[in-house]
Formats: sequence, structure tokens, C-alpha cells
Amino acid sequence: MIDLIANFSYIVSAALFIYGLKMLGSPATARKGNILSSIGMLVAVVAALVSDGAAFEIIAGGIIIGAAIGLLAARLVAMTSMPEMVALFNGSGGAASLLVGWATLYQSTDAGISGFTAFTIALAILIGGLTFTGSLIAYGKLSEKLNSAAFVFSGQRLLNGLLLLAIAACVYRFCTDPAADSVYLYGLLGLALLLGIMAVIPIGGADMPVVISLLNSYSGIAACAAGFAINNNILIVAGSLVGASGIILTNIMCKAMNRSLANVLFSGFGAVKVGKAVEGEVKPVSVEDAYYILEAASNVCFVPGYGMAVAQAQHVVKELGHILEANGCEVSYAIHPVAGRMPGHMNVLLAEADVPYEQLVEMDDINPRIENVDVAIVIGANDVVNPSAREDEDSPIYGMPIINVDQARTVFVLKRSMASGFSGVDNPLFFGENTRMLFGDAKESISGVIGEFGS
Amino acid sequence: MDIVFLTFILVLAVFLGFELISKVPATLHTPLMSGANAISGITLAGAFLAAGISGNDMANWLGGAAVTFATINVVGGYLVTDRMLSMFKSKRSTGK
Repeated sequence: MIDLIANFSYIVSAALFIYGLKMLGSPATARKGNILSSIGMLVAVVAALVSDGAAFEIIAGGIIIGAAIGLLAARLVAMTSMPEMVALFNGSGGAASLLVGWATLYQSTDAGISGFTAFTIALAILIGGLTFTGSLIAYGKLSEKLNSAAFVFSGQRLLNGLLLLAIAACVYRFCTDPAADSVYLYGLLGLALLLGIMAVIPIGGADMPVVISLLNSYSGIAACAAGFAINNNILIVAGSLVGASGIILTNIMCKAMNRSLANVLFSGFGAVKVGKAVEGEVKPVSVEDAYYILEAASNVCFVPGYGMAVAQAQHVVKELGHILEANGCEVSYAIHPVAGRMPGHMNVLLAEADVPYEQLVEMDDINPRIENVDVAIVIGANDVVNPSAREDEDSPIYGMPIINVDQARTVFVLKRSMASGFSGVDNPLFFGENTRMLFGDAKESISGVIGEFGS
Repeated sequence: MDIVFLTFILVLAVFLGFELISKVPATLHTPLMSGANAISGITLAGAFLAAGISGNDMANWLGGAAVTFATINVVGGYLVTDRMLSMFKSKRSTGK
């Protein structure tokens, strides 16, 4: 009877997850959608507690500790550190699935563990473990605790290939004779954790949006596998919803870089191809001159990149946008899908600075009308506005869709120095006829321009 | 039969997931991701079962750790998503 009620509650919570995800599709309803989905979670958790919960001390202890950590982390994290926070949450989801799969082995049944169940347990451990360590490495790279560049060494592919073979062997041996004290179980555990590390170290900082969405997908698939292991519908439904959403995001990110998923995961973005060296004259501009140009402009478009997050410049950017609007100028913010370190990174930062979401425009919306933009202000973005992607067939980023700021009437590029972007590719934009470089810290430069408006 | 039934659910849910997510605008990619991530903490429901397996300390420890990790995922994920979404404002509501 209790099982029946629990299962009906799972149906309710699945419906709430689905409806909540649907509402997350529009900015106006997104917040309600998230709340609906959290109610769905509450329903599922209560139902599970009532039907399965025997060890209340352990469960209560785990919930209190987990809730305290989650609460503090969610409250205290700065918006600019959101990518690494999401990575950590992904990792803890993966770890939970691994542990659930593992613990299921100790559940004594008369019939023993079937081959199918053993296989799903192995999958939960494998995917959960790989999500856990992969996310930790992603966290390290995003928070700059580890070197964020791609880490590639010779024989890496061979080693990874052997690792996969060893994992396959462990899974096979474990499934033929599943037991909680199987050597192959421990082998699998260790190898899965190692695989997570090996999978993420060769991926460089700018490819992080792909990795984060992929790990997100894995955490869902791991929950799904754990659901199969313990015969639980709601884990399967919720896990596969998350898995599917992560895959879609991954795909969008890959398309935005014009690279295949395999290329992102395995190539380590080797600077094998070298594009044409770019030569020309850089035309710097002073804060004062920038002010005169902006004062006369009637259509200004900001193009932010990861550099804006580093300089914490979103608030001054918004302030300048506000002043320009008061000056009778049309202001928009053009955001490339892979700008920043996770999908939608720039949107979150600008939202934090109170930019209304109607002003955030996507690449495909701004490009057709970029010629009407008087001034495009590039802040901390490089590869996503590099015209080589359009023109230079030898360039490593050739074919990647970009925001065509070089076609705007004037381009300001805010930059610390003349170093090239993450991909190490020269950017002909800096030498363009209509480009003016505003050297220095983005935040200070913009504050300077704002000061000019004030005086 | 169980396997068929569970796989059936899996396949339908995957299709549903693809349908639901494919139209989300880029502006909401981060909240979508962290909101979905919170849902993946559903493993919590499974963790209770593991924590309650009787007569085996190892299983209970593993289950307790799973409860902790999954709760971090759920609580943190939902709160951080809510915090982000509360910042997304329309032109009208900012009053400018």
C-alpha cells in the first residue's frame, strides 16, 4: 500500500519536474518553474522517505550536513564564480549516484544479484565516478586553482584507450560474478575516478562551456543508472530529463564553436594549424576621445566576453549603458553562445548588474543589423569576434560563427595588452580600419568614460 | 518484464527531455543547467533506500554519504538557480 502511494507521488513529482523545466524556457516564468520543480523534488523525497527510510539517524544527519553545505554554498558564491559552483554541484550529484549504486550491492536478496542489475550498478559507479572527479578537475580549472590550459602529453590517447579497455574488462568480470567484495568492483571504482581526471585535463579553459554541460548530462545519466539498479521510476525519469537537457546544451555549445564533440573532448585544441600572421597598425584611443565618439553615437552594442567577468566590469558596463540610453542612444548587449566559461555565463552576469533581459540579444539577431551599429564595444572578448573565423581558411577557428563587430561603423576593443586570445590566434580585428583600441583594465577604462560623461 | 518497463520509461523521458529543452533561449542557459542539475539530485530518493539496508554498516555508511552528497546537490542547486533567476528582470519591472 505504502509502495503504491509512493509510486503515485513519484508520478506527481515527475509531472512537476516536466512542467517546471518547461517554465524554465521563458524568463518571465522561469523562477516559478524552478520553484515548481523544487516542490516536485520535495514530494519525491518525502515519498521515498516514507516508503524506504529505515535508518532515520543516518538520513537526518546526512540531510542536515548536506543542506547546510548546499545552503551556504548557494548563498555565498559570487556570481562570477558561478561556473565552478555548478561544476561542484554536478560533482556531488555524480558522487551520490556512485554511492547509491555501490550500496545497492549490499542489499541481500534471495535470488542474488541479476546480471542486468549488476550491469546497471557498474554503470552508476562508472558514470557517477567519472562525473565526480571530472567535475572536481573542472572546478579546479575554472577557479584557476589548476592551470586552465589544456594538458596534453604524448601517449595520452594510448593511455586513455587502455584505461577504457581496463574498465570494460572490470565491468564484464564484475557482471559475471557480482559481489560487494569483488576485486573488479574496486578496480572499477578506481578506474572510473581516474577516467574523470583523464577526460577533463586535456580540455582548455575556453572549451569549458562544453565540459560543464556534458558533466551536467552525465550527472543525470548516472542518476538514471542508479534508478535502474534500485528499480526506481522517478530516478529514471528525472535522470533522463537531465541527461537529455545536458546533451542538448552540449550540442548547442559545440555548434557555436563549429567543432564536433569528439574534437572538443580529444583534441586538446592543439595549435597545429597556424593562421596567417596578421600585420598592421594598431590605433589606440584615449578615454576622452572614446567619450566624444560615444556621445555622438545613436546605436551602441556591447560585446562581452570572459574578460568582463575577470575584470568584474558588468556593473560599470551597465552604468555606461544607462548613461548612453539617457543620452538618446539605443543600447544592446550581444552575447555569443560560448562567451565565458559556461552556457549563458554573460547573461547571468549582466542580469546581476540589472540589465533587463530584453536588451540581451543573441548572435543571430545582432549580425544582420550590425552595420547599423555606430559603436560596438568589445569587452574582454576575443575569439568570438575574430574575423579570421570568417575569412582565413587556415585559421584554427575558421568556420566558427562570430559576432561580426568588424562590420559595425566603429569598434572599441577594451584590452589589457596585445596578447592573443585563448586559442592563441591573432585577431585581425585589432588592426581593422574602423577599430580603436582602448588599452587598460576594462573596469577602469569604462569608469573613465563614465567620468567624462559626468563632467 | 521489469527491464522492459523501465527501459520504456527511460526512452519516453529522453524524448520528452529533448522536446522540453530544445527551445530554451540562450539567456536562460545557465539557470536551465543549474536547475536541471538540481533535479539530478533525485538520487537522494535512492540514497534513503541504501542508508536503510538493514544489518550492514558498510551499506549504511555509503548510503549516509550518498544522502549528504545528494542533499548538497538538491539544496544548493535549487537555491543558486533561484538566486540567479531573481536577477533576471524585465524592462518593465526595473522601471526604466
